[in-house]
Amino acid sequence: MASDSPKQSRRQSRYTAERDMPGAFEGETVTRRGLMTGGAMAVGGIATAAFAIPSLGFAVAPMLKDSTADTWQDVGAEEEFDETAYVPAVMNITAEAGDAGKHTVYVRKRDPKSDKKNADIPYVAISNRCAHLGCPVRYIQASQRFVCPCHGGIYEADGKVAGGPPVRPLDRFYTRVRAGRVEVGDRFSLNAELDRFSPRDPSNHLDGLWQYLYPSRPST
Amino acid sequence: MSKLTPPLPKFLRPAPKRPGQDPARNGNGNGHKPSTGDQVKEGAAEGKAQVVGWLDERTGASPLLRAQLLRKVPKGTNWFYALGSATLFAFMSQTVTGVFLAMYYDPSTSRAYDSAAYITNEVFLGELVRGMHKWGATVMVILIFLHMGRTFVFGAYKYPRELNWVIGVVLVVLTLAMGLTGYLLPFDQRALWATVVAVNINASSPIFGPYLADFLRGGAEVGATTLTRFYALHMLLIPGLIGALIGAHLYLVAKLGTTAPPWLKAEKKDLNREEI
Repeated sequence: MASDSPKQSRRQSRYTAERDMPGAFEGETVTRRGLMTGGAMAVGGIATAAFAIPSLGFAVAPMLKDSTADTWQDVGAEEEFDETAYVPAVMNITAEAGDAGKHTVYVRKRDPKSDKKNADIPYVAISNRCAHLGCPVRYIQASQRFVCPCHGGIYEADGKVAGGPPVRPLDRFYTRVRAGRVEVGDRFSLNAELDRFSPRDPSNHLDGLWQYLYPSRPST
Repeated sequence: MSKLTPPLPKFLRPAPKRPGQDPARNGNGNGHKPSTGDQVKEGAAEGKAQVVGWLDERTGASPLLRAQLLRKVPKGTNWFYALGSATLFAFMSQTVTGVFLAMYYDPSTSRAYDSAAYITNEVFLGELVRGMHKWGATVMVILIFLHMGRTFVFGAYKYPRELNWVIGVVLVVLTLAMGLTGYLLPFDQRALWATVVAVNINASSPIFGPYLADFLRGGAEVGATTLTRFYALHMLLIPGLIGALIGAHLYLVAKLGTTAPPWLKAEKKDLNREEI
């Protein structure tokens, strides 16, 4: 059973002609059976990909599409707001979701003495979405703190974290004044220094080394 | 096959004819004339045997069924071994009640809550079917973890059953995914905020988290796309995967057999297998 016998080496040759196959062509290496098998697999693979790839793309497309509403919503006349007290207003974030798509924003006039950053935004509109896991926070006037009911996150009056699990200050919304009415636009996120970033999900850090683990998303 | 296949139990084997009951010999006075009742009984038994034989001849299912249903089990097999079957039964109950709930439920943001309330308040036995689906989900999660604990404590995950343990762990994850996706469907305040928190927990995983959260929500906010997405996952994708994996799980159980309880192995090595 020596493997170097001439018969053995002929049988293992890569050329079909040398393997004594009937009807083999000179220099042919792929058998007809091999070609049929490979061809059938390739056709089946293409047919499967033809429905699988579009379906998968269909399912993941919302991850890659900018889904911000880009609308401005009226929250009241200018004289309803001052620099000291927050006025709660209701916004429609996802209009088609009914009550579930409504969102509370706490609005006050920007105070140039205390609000050093974001001077281009005339009104401070703080989102009530907790930066821990997204529960709705509530502003307590007596203690001048935002408090989250779920896991005990507490924020200062300007939205900076005062205690508990939140990883960054409360998000804010862009504001503008049109014909004496205050309008609220898109969301943005802030780091501990109140510098602006694109909107991030709750629980995504924006400070220190952690911020590099949570990139901005195409969807916002 | 014959060596591996257990023999047919007595009640399935054709009974040998009694002397004197052979119909061909009825006329010669040796045997008594069979009564009509006996004839009916005999005819029915023959008919049953013919139906079974007809099916078996065309499917070859009999050795497979015998290997599955009449296989030998170790001595000491006890009620703890029924936890897997109990989980399977809970899954079947969830499947059946879920299919019927889908006849009334409407996964749109404006109709979801109302249609769920309609099932509970208006549909005949709707409260019972929805209640069985709701509580059955909890029961299934409890049972699957008890089954997993039994497997762990009895050492039944060891060679050659590691693959079955891995399949089982995937089934646990899928069962919890069913719980997560089903929780949103009533679309009340509890459902909405539980989903918001659950999706944001997914978002907290580094690098991929924000993308995973966007995939689950179908966008940047929980809304109508999230509801339809969870409905499709809950109704079609995850149950299909669970069904397929249960098939693989049961195939491996039948192929490899069950383990004896650990306390029996120490006693008598030769006697820890017995016939049913």
